[in-house]
Amino acid sequence: MAATPIELDAAIKRRDESERRIVGARDFSAKNLVAYLFLLMITIYCLTPLYWLAIAATKDNTDLFASVGLWFSHFDLFANLHALFTRDNGVYLHWVGNTVLYAGIGGGLGMLISVAAGYALAKYRFAGRSLLTVLVLGAVLVPPTTLALPLYLLMSKINLTNTYWAVLLPSLLHPVGVYLARVYATASVPNELLDAARVDGAGEFRIFGRVALPLLGPGMVTIFLFQFVAIWQNFFLPFVVLSDPNLYPISVGLASWNFDPAAHELLFNLIVTGSFLAVLPVIALFLILQRYWRAGLAFGSLTG
Amino acid sequence: MATKTTSVASAKSLAAHATRLAGGGRRGRFSLRLLVPYVFVLPFLLLFVGFFFAPFFYALSQSVYKVQRSGLGFGPPTVVWAGADNYLKALHDPQFWDGIRRVILFGSVQIPIMMAIALTLALLMDSAVIRFRRFFRLAFFLPYAVPGVVATIMWGFFYSPSLSPIVQLFNTLNLTPPDFFGPNTVLASIGNIATWEFTGYNMIIFFSALQGIPQELYEAGRIDGLSELGIALRLKLPLIRPALVLGILFSLIGTLQLFNEPQILSRLSGAITSTYTPNIFAYNIAFVQTNYYYGGALAVILGALTFVFSYGFLRLTRRQAGV
Repeated sequence: MAATPIELDAAIKRRDESERRIVGARDFSAKNLVAYLFLLMITIYCLTPLYWLAIAATKDNTDLFASVGLWFSHFDLFANLHALFTRDNGVYLHWVGNTVLYAGIGGGLGMLISVAAGYALAKYRFAGRSLLTVLVLGAVLVPPTTLALPLYLLMSKINLTNTYWAVLLPSLLHPVGVYLARVYATASVPNELLDAARVDGAGEFRIFGRVALPLLGPGMVTIFLFQFVAIWQNFFLPFVVLSDPNLYPISVGLASWNFDPAAHELLFNLIVTGSFLAVLPVIALFLILQRYWRAGLAFGSLTG
Repeated sequence: MATKTTSVASAKSLAAHATRLAGGGRRGRFSLRLLVPYVFVLPFLLLFVGFFFAPFFYALSQSVYKVQRSGLGFGPPTVVWAGADNYLKALHDPQFWDGIRRVILFGSVQIPIMMAIALTLALLMDSAVIRFRRFFRLAFFLPYAVPGVVATIMWGFFYSPSLSPIVQLFNTLNLTPPDFFGPNTVLASIGNIATWEFTGYNMIIFFSALQGIPQELYEAGRIDGLSELGIALRLKLPLIRPALVLGILFSLIGTLQLFNEPQILSRLSGAITSTYTPNIFAYNIAFVQTNYYYGGALAVILGALTFVFSYGFLRLTRRQAGV
């Protein structure tokens, strides 16, 4: 029984209300105080580095070293941004564009591929179905990172390394997405509805497009989110298969500045500002689409 | 009446459907229907073969060759059949085992700490007594939004003597600041980065599972006189076992793959060598020493090891659960 994100939200609210009624309003007892202290400590631990990053993005290289880390000094954010965007003929903007391309296309197309496969595994009986299910699970257990080195060698045989395709094509493969899609399709696409559509004479692909996909909408957002963020954060694959800085995603680009032995001290403010910018879109996605995250991670309760 | 007309209509279309399926002239269409699921899985299957099977078998095929230099190493190198040589070499390579031991040590300390924190947080988030839970949940989950590379660069700044606010604090208090990059401390420094990145992620996995438990069970527990702590330990914990297994499983896989954090920190710490983790070792063999044959063998061993560990862990936990 997989819950869609919206159902899950409503369920949480209901539970909280009824639970509070049962337990009563013992809001701040001594026992709770310990709990709050613990929560506060972990909150500080989680947020301080992000806070530091935001502050540091407003400092130039001198202040970065000379001023107190956790408070503002001279406000140089715009100077940093200008330097960041113009460094090496604006290579950072290339990285941003590439990352959006890799994560956007990889996430969108990859999500559709995963949903189609997961839907077929959930809703059709066909020879090879159980083998394929096992393969999907196996691929979840052995992440493709393990295979990045031989993948590079294989790609270099067909001159695919150092192209957009080298990152884009492998990124489309997302076994966890197939797994999630299978779970969602089993739970939220009733067989009766599919049969009714068949009886009415609709073709199988039409049924998938007009009946199944609308029902899978929230699940699709969740799968897209996971894949988008996974590609946005991916380092190893692009690091291995790319050597042209103009093709780098942000992660590899920032790491290359960080590794640059000649310039890294001079580049500190750019690395910090570039990192800060790279975090913002993902945080925005988190805040806007919070409930889809929780629904996606609820699959922990579904695997038995 | 309405139901009757619909049933008549659907009976009609059912008949039409049946004729269509059975009709001799339409038999082509019937067999096409059988192909439909394959069309749906085809794109995934192609990707799977191209980017999972192919590299694996390529690595396997490379791993049985090696480069040999004739004439005291001065002659031109030739590629010769090696059989299991590369695998035997890996099994006897102390540097490879050093890396394996290091990630196992890492996992056996970092994973329990992270899971304990994540589980405690999830139980607190599930308890209706705690206020501001939306805020807390978000705060704990935010580090997961930070790309691993950025997280490592950021913590690298936090650790570096010239920049770190932690070192600043120690200096203000006239204490000797810790060396985060020393040979004995850098593994813990990496562990801290991993904990920071993934505690919230695991907390949400556990929290979602807790939310899936039917309320009536808690009420039954309360009637039986269990305290809130008793409910947490005796009822909630066993019920979210699958989620715990899943969280540990993902951490286990991630630990065996450890690469990004030590690779990026290696600029700051001399203690992180080119053989620090198995993945870094394989990377350096393949790309720095350009020994693709030995690198292929290492990739195969790592893949197999990851599968054995994760599959073994799954089997072990399932058997204990009696499933």
